[in-house]
Parts: sequence; structure tokens; C-alpha cells
Amino acid sequence: MSLTRGAPRADAARAGAVVLTDVVKRYGRGPGAVTALDGVSLDVAPGSFTCLLGASGCGKSTLLSLVAGLDGLTSGSIDDVERPVAMMFQESALFPWLTVAGNVELALRVKGVGRAERRRRAAELLDTVRLSGFADKRPHELSGGMRQRVALARALAQDASVLLMDEPFGALDAMTRDLLHDELERIWRERGLTVLFVTHNVREAVRLGDRVVLLSSRPGRVLHEYDVDLERPRRIDSTPVANLAAEITDALREEVSRHAG
Amino acid sequence: MTAVEVEARREAAPAEHDDTAGGRASRPRGKRRLGPGKAIPFGYLIGPLLLLGVWSWGSAAGWIDPRVLTAPWTVAATAWDLWESGRLGPDLLVSTRRFAVGLAFGVAAGLALAVVSGLSRWGEAIVDGPVQLKRSIPNLALLPLLLLWFGIDERMKIITIALGVLIPIYLHTHNGLRSIDGRYAELAETLRLKPAAFIGRVVLPGALPGFFLGLRFAVTASWLSLVVVEQVNATSGIGYMMLLAGTYGQTDVIIVGLVLYGLLGLGSDAVVRLAQRRVLSWRRTLED
Repeated sequence: MSLTRGAPRADAARAGAVVLTDVVKRYGRGPGAVTALDGVSLDVAPGSFTCLLGASGCGKSTLLSLVAGLDGLTSGSIDDVERPVAMMFQESALFPWLTVAGNVELALRVKGVGRAERRRRAAELLDTVRLSGFADKRPHELSGGMRQRVALARALAQDASVLLMDEPFGALDAMTRDLLHDELERIWRERGLTVLFVTHNVREAVRLGDRVVLLSSRPGRVLHEYDVDLERPRRIDSTPVANLAAEITDALREEVSRHAG
Repeated sequence: MTAVEVEARREAAPAEHDDTAGGRASRPRGKRRLGPGKAIPFGYLIGPLLLLGVWSWGSAAGWIDPRVLTAPWTVAATAWDLWESGRLGPDLLVSTRRFAVGLAFGVAAGLALAVVSGLSRWGEAIVDGPVQLKRSIPNLALLPLLLLWFGIDERMKIITIALGVLIPIYLHTHNGLRSIDGRYAELAETLRLKPAAFIGRVVLPGALPGFFLGLRFAVTASWLSLVVVEQVNATSGIGYMMLLAGTYGQTDVIIVGLVLYGLLGLGSDAVVRLAQRRVLSWRRTLED
């Protein structure tokens, strides 16, 4: 069994791809061991938007940490990932002691970008997420939606081809989330990013994804994959989105009740 | 926030609006808020001034025997005399210098040990035990040994003070460091921060709230240790002045020394608190 940890392949055409083969992740040993992921295989094409959907505890977030290289896998392989990847969390996504610009610049500082260039690029990125003029504010002075915009700007500053998002809009109200969906879609298309987006919100998954991957709970396995062939830009309250969401919700409910019973 | 987002958020939360006509800023009168409420201007002076008031009143009314506790105005007059005759100035300078140098060394050592012990399991295994051991031994008990090792000169005094300062700085910084949200470390990892940047940008700022709490204890510890070393073995300083006054039964001079220690302690604590409020402006707590 190979345990290769994503050494990037030579061909540049695959930049931004993520290939998971029979990924198994177990925590602990012996009879007390918990299997979080059990043989997950997934082929994510460069520049695609994939939503991972599942009930809580299905190992969605575990999967992202494995792709990010934050955690090691038990068996299987994850290939083609150009690390470091950019990552965005739901909460505690910003350092509260740094200003908005400071948070964005931190990602650039790591790469050895000079001071003046950092300031310029940070201003540009804040402009991209429509937050110009907030550079010197502290995170606690911003609304939840604005904080996530900053987190997105910082993720973009890493200039990675793969963007991992762990329920990034889960704590936001519906209207703010809706606006951020539009922003994310625009930025994803402009930059040709590969996005892996974890959520438990079915409509959000259908609104955003080229593909929606439904995971089972404990252990996490791929239950279904849905291709979303709906025209963009989509609206979260449009009928086609609602119809597909209803279909996926039924499958998800069946899965959840199977475990509850 | 964009104008659209502002609109959107308003629509999403209509309940906030149809309150009383005053809008969201005003609250119904007489309704108690949880939390301590607004800060009182110069509130930290009220307690000490109240104490001074009781003391003055007691002395003026003749309830306090001046042989036991000199009246405030006598203390003030004595302090002025001591200053005029040039006896107070040099002693004050020497004491302040000892305080500052001992504090500086203690803070530096405590901080370094806290980072080593906080970030590495081996560091903790080696550092934490001895520090906890030192914590349970009062400085006063160590003094005979320190006298034997370092003699009676300034070096011994500075070391004694630094030892007293090191403990609270270490304890609170270490605690602050370990209570940093684990997700910040994860975030730093996804950003591929190097160890130096991780310490400088994440660990130290994150541990600052703990460090400042430790610093407030440390400032007090520094004055306390100063009193001890100046009364046990010294030929200068405020403590020495008081010791001398004790031999001659000059209650007023002793009180001058005590008041000076108190004022210096209160003053330095105020400075630390001011710095704390400045530096930790990114936090939102009950303090604000």
C-alpha cells in the first residue's frame, strides 16, 4: 500500500488537481479506534469547484486537513496536490491582534515579499473582496461577513492553485452568505482556482459546486456524486437549484436516519 | 462593508429596529446591564484617596495617636524636610534603580523560560519543575544563601529581585501561551509560517494578555523584594532609611518610606495597566 504524500507531478497541466485514492483515516488504535474515513476516492479536476456534503461527524473536515497536509493518513494516497494549499476556516480565521492588512500581509511575508510590495498586494486583494478602506481595522471591529472576506483575501494572498474551505460561511446570516457566494464564484472563475468546499448546507453546495459529493457518516465514504449542470451565475432560490437540492436532501436524510435508528 | 451588505444585514435583522423610538443605542431607563458598565474617570484613585481621607480625619479628630501613626500632614512635612536636606533624593534614586534593573532581568528571564517551556515538551520537562520549586520557597528564606553566594553588593540585590519577578512572569506567560486557540496554530501551519515568525506573530501576541497579568504581579514582586533586600543588608535606599529611622524611633520617617513604597507601587501598576490597555486594544472584554 502506497503512502505517498502528494509530491507534485512534473506535468504542469495537472496543476491544481487533487487525486484521492482509497484514503483511510483512523484515530487511535485497538478496539477504541475510530475510523473517520474509510476508502474515499475522489478525482478533482484542476479549476473545478467541488462541494463535500454530509451530516456532522462524517469526516468532511478530516478530509480537508489530510489534503492540506496538516494530518497524516492511515492508508491510501493523496496525489497531485501542490502544497502549500490555501485554507479558510469557519471561525478564528483571523489573528485578532493583527490589523486587516496585517492578516493579509502575513501570507505574503512568509513568501519573502518585501514591505512595499506587501502593502500594495494586500490593498489589491482587499479591493478584490470589496474591503478597500478597512486595511487598518482590527478583526473585532468588523462584521462576521467582513471577517470572512478578509480570510478569503488572505487565502488568495497565498497564491495557491487549490483553495480548501471548511464551512467558511456557516456562521453567517442568509443574506450575507448569499452575497459572499456571488463573490466567491466571481473570484473562483477569474483566478481559475480549484476549490474543495465543505458544507452541511445542501442548497449552498448546489448553488456553488460543479459537483456535489455526498459522504456517509461514521465511517466517511463517498455515497453519491452529483454533477451540477446548471448555468452560472446561479441563484440559491432558483427552481433548478431547489429541485436538485431536494433530491440530495432526501438521500442525506435517508443516510442520517439510518444512523439515528 | 459594502452598501449592499449593510442593506442586506438590516433586512436580515428587522427585529433590532422596531424597538423604542430611541433606536438601538438607548436602553430603557433603570434597566440594569450585566457587566461592570462604563469606566469611571481616574477610578483607580478613589480607593487610595478614601483611605487617605479616613487617615486624615482620624488624625485631626485625635483618634489616632501620633506616636502610633503620624498624621498625614506631618508625614508630608517630614518628606519635604528630607528632600530639602538632600537625604531622600539619593535613596529614592538608588531604590528605583534597583527596582528597574531587577525587573528588567526578571522579565527577560521569565519570558524566555516561558517560551521554551510553553513550546517544547522537553523544555517544559526541564524548566517547569525547578520554577515551581522556586515558587514554593520565599525569597526571604533564600536570602542567607544568596548572601553567601553573591556577597552584600548590588549584584546580590538585583539577583534577589529578579528571582522574585521571574516567577509571576513565567507562570502567567506560560499559561497565556498554552491557552492560545489551537486553531491559530493550525492556521499558522497552513500559512507555512517559519518557527521565528510563528513565535513573533502568533505566540507572543497571543500570550500578551497572560504576560501583562504576570507583569502586574511582577512589578509588585519587585518592590516587595526591594524592601526585603534593603532592610536586611544595605547602606542606602528607602529601606535603609526606614531601618535607621526605626532605631531612632522616628515614626514619621518610617511612614514616609511606607508611603513612598506605596506610591511607587501604585504608580508603576498604573503604568503597566496603561500599557496593557494600549497594547491589548484588539481584545473586547468586560474591561472596556
